[in-house]
Amino acid sequence: MELTNENVLGKIIEQFGEENITDAMNPDGIMTFQTNRQTIHELIKYLRDDKELQISFLTTMCGVHYPEQKDKELCMMYQLHSLRHNYRLRIKVYFPISDPVMPTLTDLYAAANWMEREAYDFYGIVFAGHPNLIRILNVEDMEYHPMLKQYPLEDQTREDKVNTFFGR
Amino acid sequence: MATETKTVELDGLEQFRENLDLKLQDKHNENLTTLNLGPTHPATHGIFQNILQMNGEVIVDAVPTIGYIHRAFEKIAERRPFYQITPLTDRMNYCSSPINNMGYHMSVEKLLGIEIPKRAQYIRVIMMELARISDHLICNSILGVDSGAFTGFLYVMQERENIYDIYEEVCGARLTTNMGRIGGMERDLSPKALHLIGEFLKRFPKVWAEFEKMLTRNRIFIDRTTDVGAISAERALSYGFTGPNLRATGVDYDVRVMNPYSSYEDFDFEIPVGSKGDTYDRFLVRNAEVWESLKIIEQAYKNLPEGSYHADAPHYYLPPKQEVYRNMEALIYHFKIVMGEIDAPVGEVYHSVEGGNGELGFYIISDGGRTPYRLHFRRPCFIYYQAYTEMIKGGQLADAILTLSSLNVIAGELDA
Repeated sequence: MELTNENVLGKIIEQFGEENITDAMNPDGIMTFQTNRQTIHELIKYLRDDKELQISFLTTMCGVHYPEQKDKELCMMYQLHSLRHNYRLRIKVYFPISDPVMPTLTDLYAAANWMEREAYDFYGIVFAGHPNLIRILNVEDMEYHPMLKQYPLEDQTREDKVNTFFGR
Repeated sequence: MATETKTVELDGLEQFRENLDLKLQDKHNENLTTLNLGPTHPATHGIFQNILQMNGEVIVDAVPTIGYIHRAFEKIAERRPFYQITPLTDRMNYCSSPINNMGYHMSVEKLLGIEIPKRAQYIRVIMMELARISDHLICNSILGVDSGAFTGFLYVMQERENIYDIYEEVCGARLTTNMGRIGGMERDLSPKALHLIGEFLKRFPKVWAEFEKMLTRNRIFIDRTTDVGAISAERALSYGFTGPNLRATGVDYDVRVMNPYSSYEDFDFEIPVGSKGDTYDRFLVRNAEVWESLKIIEQAYKNLPEGSYHADAPHYYLPPKQEVYRNMEALIYHFKIVMGEIDAPVGEVYHSVEGGNGELGFYIISDGGRTPYRLHFRRPCFIYYQAYTEMIKGGQLADAILTLSSLNVIAGELDA
């Protein structure tokens, strides 16, 4: 089977059902779709183990914060690559910040360990089942997760800078 | 939203803290020694801490700590116009900054939908391959130093200076180059730059052959590096290895061939691969890659197309300075670009280049503003260092040093 966006999407939907695979789009040639927390681990395992797809290289993953989206404040992006077919794929999972728990992928990919620690450090996403979920880049006694959008880079109490002059 | 400062309370966090894997305490044993290697050990070439548990000279376990020079590039990038992010990328892998720069520029061009002319692409290829040579040259010569051979380092370090001379002629800076622009190059290659590249192509092969001769068949070097820090192809893939470190295990994955960018498909070159994935293989793969890079530079240099060195993208590419003084349109564009007033389209883009030590990826989410909403760097060093513990276990301390330098982990890219 030739791996095209339609073929792969069709195959995944057939396996996991339309209610679990939603919002497929193609922003930059890489197929992107959403799934949910219950499916993500099974889905990535399936992509890795399926003989036809062989999408078995975890390129990267990262968190994103959308404070305006109700109950979908946090997003976890997974990008996978099939080295055999040279096919890339992006999966997103949105979930509420009040319950920031995701299943870990450390049992599938060794690479997931530090990437998940990074996402935890930056966004406070808790990966259930992770063997060593501690901060990786920031100091251990930090009490917040600095990449969340409510922590702006500059000191917001400053009054000597007028934001309108800086296009903000 | 911006002024809100509440802290997020996370349920279950405490119990995660309690379950921390305090490996060293669990395995505490009277016969073992705990040794703190780093954070600023002269043999680690950067700020890496490793708490080793040693049984005599043999490493039983290691706990790596990173983050000592974490500079929050991803956070800073969310506040900066696309233009001003380039200097951040210089400082990631500072041994090959042009690759980082151009990789970033290409990602932004992909987001903006800018096609750049052939000449600019070829100049980029020349610069990126020079950067790859200087990256591999440092890695391999330092590997020699770590095994006790200082001479090789002295042989080739002059050549790195010569590459820096070329950078200086092209953009004015030597280390943190910032030489490209969104839409092409900042300026065309000057006759002097072309001359310097030509001279480099004539002189360098001899130097590199001499360096290669000194180490590849050197008994001491072979004994010190063979079967040291080996990793299987399967584990390497699971860890997400790319670049020379993956190719040393026998997997011929190279972004330049798999997903060609910047006209790499025009050039004829091979992908050197190893077989065992040990330190010696990584050394050989990098050595061979330098020859391939030279081949690419030669082809690009000979066939350098005529034409413009930048795309016609007035919204993103700074107009020539002389125009700015005379022409109102140019002045307006200049101002808007410098102040970052021009919004990028809404979109999402991932672009990766073959960096000095692997697939260097840029993932940009743009919400249509002047800054990226989210910029994530896929940094190969971050991935290699994770496997370091596994690779040095059971080996000797002196071997661990060689493994680290052959992995070519750069602290700036690791921590970003």
